[in-house]
Amino acid sequence: MSILTPPPETIAAREGYFGDFGGQYVPEALSGALSQLVDAWGDARNDPAFEAELDDLRRNYGGRPTPLYRAGRLSEEAGVEVWLKREDLAHTGSHKLNNVVGQALLTRRMGKPRVIAETGAGQHGVATATAAALFGLECTVYMGAEDCRRQRLNVVRMQLLGAEVVPVESGTRTLKDAINEAMRDWVTNVDSTHYLIGSAMGPHPFPTLVRELQKVISVESRQQFAAQAGGVPDAVIACVGGGSNAIGSFADWIEVDGVELIGIEAAGEGVGSGRSAATISEGRQAVLHGSRSIALVDDDGQVRPAHSVSAGLDYPGVGPEHAHLAASGRGTYLAATDEEALFGFRRTSELEGIIPALEPAHAVGWLLRHGRAHLGDGARVVLTMSGRGDKDVDEVVEVAGWDVGVDRAFGADTAAGGADVTVADPARQGEQGVAPGDAP
Amino acid sequence: MTVPVGGETPAVGTGAPAVGNGTPVDGERRISGRGTRGHARIAEAFARARAEDRAALIIYLTAAYPDVATSHACFEAAVEAGADVLEVGIPFSDPMMDGPVIQAANQHVLESGVGVTGQLELVAGLGHLDVPKLAMTYVTIADTRGYDAFAAELAASDVSGVILPDLPVSEAEPWLGAAARHELATVFLASSVSTDARLAAIGRTSSGWVYAAGLLGVTGVNALVGEVTRELVERVRTHTDLPVAVGIGVKDRDSAAEVARFADGVIVGSAVVRAAGMGEPATAPERVGALVRELRAGVADRR
Repeated sequence: MSILTPPPETIAAREGYFGDFGGQYVPEALSGALSQLVDAWGDARNDPAFEAELDDLRRNYGGRPTPLYRAGRLSEEAGVEVWLKREDLAHTGSHKLNNVVGQALLTRRMGKPRVIAETGAGQHGVATATAAALFGLECTVYMGAEDCRRQRLNVVRMQLLGAEVVPVESGTRTLKDAINEAMRDWVTNVDSTHYLIGSAMGPHPFPTLVRELQKVISVESRQQFAAQAGGVPDAVIACVGGGSNAIGSFADWIEVDGVELIGIEAAGEGVGSGRSAATISEGRQAVLHGSRSIALVDDDGQVRPAHSVSAGLDYPGVGPEHAHLAASGRGTYLAATDEEALFGFRRTSELEGIIPALEPAHAVGWLLRHGRAHLGDGARVVLTMSGRGDKDVDEVVEVAGWDVGVDRAFGADTAAGGADVTVADPARQGEQGVAPGDAP
Repeated sequence: MTVPVGGETPAVGTGAPAVGNGTPVDGERRISGRGTRGHARIAEAFARARAEDRAALIIYLTAAYPDVATSHACFEAAVEAGADVLEVGIPFSDPMMDGPVIQAANQHVLESGVGVTGQLELVAGLGHLDVPKLAMTYVTIADTRGYDAFAAELAASDVSGVILPDLPVSEAEPWLGAAARHELATVFLASSVSTDARLAAIGRTSSGWVYAAGLLGVTGVNALVGEVTRELVERVRTHTDLPVAVGIGVKDRDSAAEVARFADGVIVGSAVVRAAGMGEPATAPERVGALVRELRAGVADRR
């Protein structure tokens, strides 16, 4: 699509757009790399050898298909029937490898020797470092300095895998700033480097490419649900930061009537609190990181800092296809607070023996607190357990105050430790309607 | 939609084309910043430099950096020392194309609490300087106010044109309609990795000048590569009669002189912002003036 050609009737018809959202808002220096990627992806999709290699890597290296597991005790507590799509069991501990392996294959096809990536929680960085090791690519990962602190384990994993981890000290020192730095690196080294974007965001073709590579989650879950539970679920639920696990979890269900698609964003200290990352709930249409979508911006267009206990959801934007699903009404986007996420984190561990990452813990927390009211008794849901929580243990210990037990941190007892720890503030919990002792 | 070709300037009346925001495109009308008053002012500035057998000197400074009064004085000092055109940086929280110096300046202004309205008031207060002023910012700033409202505010602040480094020609149509309605030129960037088809689109769509990036990279980090930049300028010239100015990687008299030998304009940003920001604000105008005088000597040195 160029200015040389007649414009289509509506913006919706434009390549790389989902309704009003998407596009390529990038410096001219990246135009060549983006068209090269469009071409490489187009060629690869028509090449059976690409599909075969991707499938082999997914199965024998990545551990797919991941199980669909009926979580009995969690179901009992939630009052709805919960099926967990176990991306936490995939190699590297999250869904991120699905996308990374595909893009690493494309990187090789494009003949580029180096990949760069942004990472928030570190899961995408670890997955990228893993694929770089596997394919013999040079790898640099940009990670907010604040996130490096929160997710130290993943920093160590990336270093072990041979990647260079660059802590980003600019701006809010979190995911959005890591993306800015990765973009600057890409603008500078575009000839040799592929920017391996980890979420369903960024300029076209990334949102489509990442969706197609993550779609395996819902292709599997659709077959598995039919075989194991019968029929289709009432809802598919996933957490949404940039939105890669969610778009992969939704993709194959979008065409299926009657299946509600529920994205759970991170509300931090609450929607409207000023310390939230619930982009769709609170944001407005804006251009951020290469595409037109929804973002948290002020009246001047300055991007507002996001806040979430989860580094992976601590992002003031969201992928353009989610903005479109929200605008069209096909998707339902709701939010869970830090406190609800920590509740989900703890209950999934206690009831199922699964320590979830803080990101999907938002989806669990929402389901436990609001799922039955929203969906009705006995509804059947598929919830994507997008990653495992080992990386979050340090952060949870700090936030919850470990030595008096995780439970106490949710009650009124501020003696639990961190006076600076927001979830332990009884006054604020009261505002959120979470009574002391609310946690079982 | 038709876009004018080459240096011919089709008339664009004030009843300008309505594009974007759901308004149907009128295929009979033309969008071009080249019919605008902004374009005419910029063209005059380049013509004046050409008449003196030198490249035009385009100086970037971040608005309201390090503070409003100092910023005002720095713009005055730049013009007094020989700047032909001013680029006024409107800070953005996430400046993807900018290196550490301009990032830090942006952050400083945002933290100081001077918003876009205050920055544009500052620009409006530079009306006594007889040079065209262009706003350089990112799409999100224009988009949040609404393209038309932002263009109107710029025009009311005596701005002649706009540079949006994250708005490629392929996404520019809605903005171009707004810019033309408010008599603003729009300068597009060209890169050494741009295909010929894209350079052709950039050449046709740009007004004011075409901004050739002197290197692959962000502002203020590396020095430009002369031969690559010269080739890019020559390629751009095959697609447009507009002046071609080179920015990104020009930082001192020598690099300005090198570029001036093959380009119509030389753009310097980070080095000037650094001069404005280092040391006491009271002496910032002197530092800026001293650097701009050096650069002005450079752009006249075409041996």
